[in-house]
Amino acid sequence: MTNHWVDLKNSDVVLAIGGNNAENHPISMKWVTEARKNGAKYIVVDPRFTRSAAVSDLYGPLRSGTDIAFLGGLYNYIFENKLYHEEYVKNYTNASWLVNPDYGFDDGLFSGYDEAGRKYDKATWQYDTEGETPWDTEGAFAWVNKPGTPAFTTPIGKTPKKDETLSDPNCVFQLMKKHYERYTPEIASAVSGMPIDRMMEIWETYASTGQPGKAGTIMYAMGMTQHTYGSQNVRAMAVLQLLLGNMGMPGGGVNALRGESNVQGSTDMAMLFHIIPAYMATPNATKHKVLRDYLEKETPSGGYWTNKPKFFISLLKEMYGDYATAANNYAFDMMPKLNGKNHSHIAMFEAMNEGTVKGLFLWGQNPAVGGPNCSMERNAMEKLDWMVAVDLWETETASFWKAPTIDPSTIDTEVFLLPAACHYEKQGSISNSGRWIQWRWKAVDPPGDAMDDGEICTEIVHALKDLYKAEGGALPEAITELTWDYMDENDHLDITKLARAINGYTVADGKVVANFTKLAADGSTACGNWLFSGYWTNEDSMDPADQPTGARDNTDPTRKGLDGGMGSHLGWSFCWPVNRRIIYNRASCDPAGKPWNPDKPLFKWTGSEWLSNDVPDFGNKAADGTETKPPNSTAFIMLPEGNARLFAQGMADGPFPEHYEPYESPATNALSSTQNDPAVVVWESASLGTKDKFPIVMSTYRLTEHWQTGGMTRNLPWLVETMPKMFIELSQELADDKGIESGDSVVIENNRGAITALAMVTNRFKPFTINGETVHQVGTPWHWSYSSGCSIGGSANDLTPNVGDANTMIPEYKAFLVDIRKEEV
Amino acid sequence: MNITRRGFLKLSGAAFAAGALSDFVGQSTALAAEPLEWRLADVKETPSICCYCAVGCGSICSVKDGELINMEGDPDHPVNRGSLCSKGSAQFQLRNVYDPESGDLILNPYRQTKVRYRAAGASEFEDKDWDWAITEIAKRVKKTRDESFETKDSNGVTVNRTEAIGFLGGAGLDNEECYLVQKLARAVGVTYIEHQARI
Repeated sequence: MTNHWVDLKNSDVVLAIGGNNAENHPISMKWVTEARKNGAKYIVVDPRFTRSAAVSDLYGPLRSGTDIAFLGGLYNYIFENKLYHEEYVKNYTNASWLVNPDYGFDDGLFSGYDEAGRKYDKATWQYDTEGETPWDTEGAFAWVNKPGTPAFTTPIGKTPKKDETLSDPNCVFQLMKKHYERYTPEIASAVSGMPIDRMMEIWETYASTGQPGKAGTIMYAMGMTQHTYGSQNVRAMAVLQLLLGNMGMPGGGVNALRGESNVQGSTDMAMLFHIIPAYMATPNATKHKVLRDYLEKETPSGGYWTNKPKFFISLLKEMYGDYATAANNYAFDMMPKLNGKNHSHIAMFEAMNEGTVKGLFLWGQNPAVGGPNCSMERNAMEKLDWMVAVDLWETETASFWKAPTIDPSTIDTEVFLLPAACHYEKQGSISNSGRWIQWRWKAVDPPGDAMDDGEICTEIVHALKDLYKAEGGALPEAITELTWDYMDENDHLDITKLARAINGYTVADGKVVANFTKLAADGSTACGNWLFSGYWTNEDSMDPADQPTGARDNTDPTRKGLDGGMGSHLGWSFCWPVNRRIIYNRASCDPAGKPWNPDKPLFKWTGSEWLSNDVPDFGNKAADGTETKPPNSTAFIMLPEGNARLFAQGMADGPFPEHYEPYESPATNALSSTQNDPAVVVWESASLGTKDKFPIVMSTYRLTEHWQTGGMTRNLPWLVETMPKMFIELSQELADDKGIESGDSVVIENNRGAITALAMVTNRFKPFTINGETVHQVGTPWHWSYSSGCSIGGSANDLTPNVGDANTMIPEYKAFLVDIRKEEV
Repeated sequence: MNITRRGFLKLSGAAFAAGALSDFVGQSTALAAEPLEWRLADVKETPSICCYCAVGCGSICSVKDGELINMEGDPDHPVNRGSLCSKGSAQFQLRNVYDPESGDLILNPYRQTKVRYRAAGASEFEDKDWDWAITEIAKRVKKTRDESFETKDSNGVTVNRTEAIGFLGGAGLDNEECYLVQKLARAVGVTYIEHQARI
C-alpha cells in the first residue's frame, strides 16, 4: 500500500476493484465505514456480487480479465471531459516529457516488437533528450571518492525535452490521450460486459476525485495481479490515480491488499529469484560480470536510488562481515549469479519436472494445493531426490506421495517434515500491508519438539558450516565465511541481535545506525535491509519494546504544528521507509506547499518552515540544516525523473496499459487483432484450452473463513464448522442450462484436470453479454485439497493454468476456461 | 548437538508484558469481581499480530500456568481497535482446541510436534529426532550442491551457483526469519528462490 489501513477514513471515494476487502480483509471495512460516515462513496467492481458489493454504494459487474478496457475507457472519459487534475498532472507526472518521435503503436503492438523473441526492443520508447548532466563528484556525490568505495563510472543524466503546454504531439500527455481514444464507452462495455449506464455512473463518481482537494483511493488484490497482464493492470490503476491527483494524498493512493500476514515483509526481504533484500537486482552473469558492472548498470543517474551502492555494499558487509573487503570486492562473487533465464515459481516446477531441481526446501508453503496447474506440480515433485518441509501441519506438499491414485512405492523422494512454531510461540517482526513493521511477542513455548523457522534455519547453517569446515567441497568459504553472529549465551538464535544487523550498524564500533541515510559504500557500515533501517535504533536496550518496531503509542498527534488526527499513528510500530506512513506525500500539496485539501493536511509550508502530520517524502532539510523552500515539484524521489510515469519504459509489454484477452478467453479482442499479451512466454505443460470445448469463464477466490491452501484453517474445527465444504458458485441461468440445483455435486473440468464441488446456485453471478454474445462465469474458492485436517475437497488449482504475467510471471489464476456438468451418481 | 528447544521469554520481554499491559490486567480484575469466575483472571497477557491477512490486527494472548487459554482482539491497536474477523478469532486453535468428549483444553491434534521422515519408497512417515534430521539434511544439501555447483559459466564469468536446489516460502515467517532463510539460500548458491508473493 502506498497509504495504510487507517488512512482509508480520509477518502472521498473508495474503489475496490480486483479485490473483495469485506470478505478477505474484513477489518479494512472499519475504515471504509469511517469514510462513508463522512460522506464517502464505496464502489465495488468485480465479476461477482461479492460480500463487498453487498455493502457498497455502487456495484459494477465486469468479466474477469477486462480491467484495462474498463480503466482505459475511464481515462478517455477523463480526457474528453477535462476531469484530470491539471496542475498535478503538469507538475508531478511526466505528462510534459517528449518521447522519441519514432515511438508508435499499431493494432495492439507497440514499436520495437520482436515476434520471434516475444519481446520488445524499447529504444523508441525512450524520452527525447537534449544535453547531459554528469554527477557532481566534488559535491553531492563526493562519497564515490572515499577510500574503500569500489570504483565505478558514475552515471550521466540526460536532460529531457519538455512541453509545459502539453500540446506537442510527442509529449506523453498527447500520446496517452491519443492511445485511449479507441476506448469508447461502447467498446469498454462490450468487452467487459458492464452495462453502459452503470459504467458511466461509476466513471462519473470516481472521476469526481480529480477535483483539487478531493481524494479517491483504490483497493485491489489478486483480482488485478493474477492475469497475464497483471502488472499492467496495476499500472493502469497508478496512472488513473496520477491523472486524478490522488497519489500522495491522504485518503488516496494505490493500495494492494496483501493476502498473507507477512507477504510484504517476505517481499522486502527478497525471498524471490530476481531481487536481493530491499529491491535491488539479483546479480546476473550477463549484465554483472564483476562488482563494477553491477554498480554501473544498477545505479541510476538521479533520484534516491543513486544511493544504491551504499545499500548494496552494506548488504554484502552484513552477509560476509570481515571477510568482505575492498580487496575482494566485498565478496561480490559469493553471491550466485542468474543465468538470464526466468527462475520464478512456474519455471522452478518446469525445472523440477526436467530433473534440474533435485532438492527442495519449503518454509510454510504448500504448492501441491497453491500452485497453478497443481497436479502438474505434484507430478514434478516425484522427480525430487529430497524435500525439507517446515510447517505446522502435514501439508499436501509434504505428503504429495500419499495423493490419491499415487503408489508411494514408486516414489523415491526422501521427505523431512520439520515441526514449526506458530506466530505466538516465537518473537519477531511482521510487516502489514501498510508497511507497518510490528513486533510480535512470544506468549508460549512451541509444543513438543516444534521449533521456530529461524532456529531451524540456524541449525542447518551451523551443520553446513561444520561439514564444509571438516570436508571442504564446492566454494566452501561461501558457507564457512557467512556471518551468523546472532547467537545468545546458550547458542540459540537471538532475534534481537539479528534485528540490529538488519537495521544496520557501523562496522568500527558496532553501534546501530539511526536510518539508511547513515549507510556508506566504503565498507564502514553493514545493513541487512536498508528499508528496515530505523526500526531498531535504541543502542541502550535490547528490548523490542524500547525500539521503534515495538512502539505502542496509539495516539494520533501531529508531527509538527498541525492538528493531527489524520490516522498517521507515528508512535505505533515503525513504517518503512523512515516511519513514513504515506509515500509520495509531497504530492499532497501544490508546488508552493499549500495542501490540496486544507481540511486534511499532511504538510503545509508556512513560508519559513514545513508543518507536518507525516514524515516527509522529500528533502525538507538541505545539507546545512536549513529548510528547502517551495516552490518545487520533485514529488517522486525514487525515480530519476522526480516525476511519476504516465508512460513507463520499464515494462516488458508496453509503456501504456493495453487491453488483451486472457490466454484462455471466450472472446476475441475487440480493441485490436493482437489477442493476447505479446510478451508472455507459454510452456507446453499449460495445456491451454479453447472456448468451443470449454465455454465458461472461471475464477478462483478466497473466503473469510478460510485461508490460502487451507493448512491454517482446515485444521481448525471452528472454521471448518463455519464453512465446511468446497463449492462452486454459478448463476441461476447457467444452472438451468445444465440441469443443476443447489447442493448437487458438480464436475468442473478442462485440459488440466477435473474436480468436483457442491453447487451453490446464486444471483451473485449473472451472465455477461460480451460483444453481443452470452458468456457465463463461475467461481470457486481454492482452499481445499485431498488431505489435511477436518475437511477435504476438490483443489481448484488442478484447473488453473501455469501461464504467467509478462513482467512478473504471476499465474493467470483469475481468468481461465472450464466446462461443468452435474455429477452422475 | 543439543538443540532441544528451551526458549524462555527473555526477561525484558516479560517486563514489557507486565508493564504495557497493565490496562488489560486492570480490566480483568474488575470483571473478576462479578459473581461468575472470570477465566481471564491472573493471566499473563502478551500482544501479538494476526497471522492471516495483512491488515495486521493486534490480538492478545492470555497465558495461565504456561499454557494459552484465550486469544482476542487488542483494544489498544489503532487499526482493529479490538475487533477480529472469523479467522483472527480462531488463531487460538492453531495451538489448542477443546476436546469434544471431555471438554478439556488439548493441543490441536493436527499440529506437528515431532520431526518426521519419509524414506524413499516408504508408505508412511517415521518419527525422528532433531539431531539426526539436521545432520542428514545438511548432508543432502552438501551432496546436491557440490555435485551441481557451477563456478564459472560458458563465458568464463564467475557465477557460483547451483540450479539443483529450490527454496519456497514463506510469507508466514517473521521478517528476521525471512532474512535468514534467503541468506542461507544465497550462501548455498541457490537461484530458484521463490515464495507466495509470486503466486
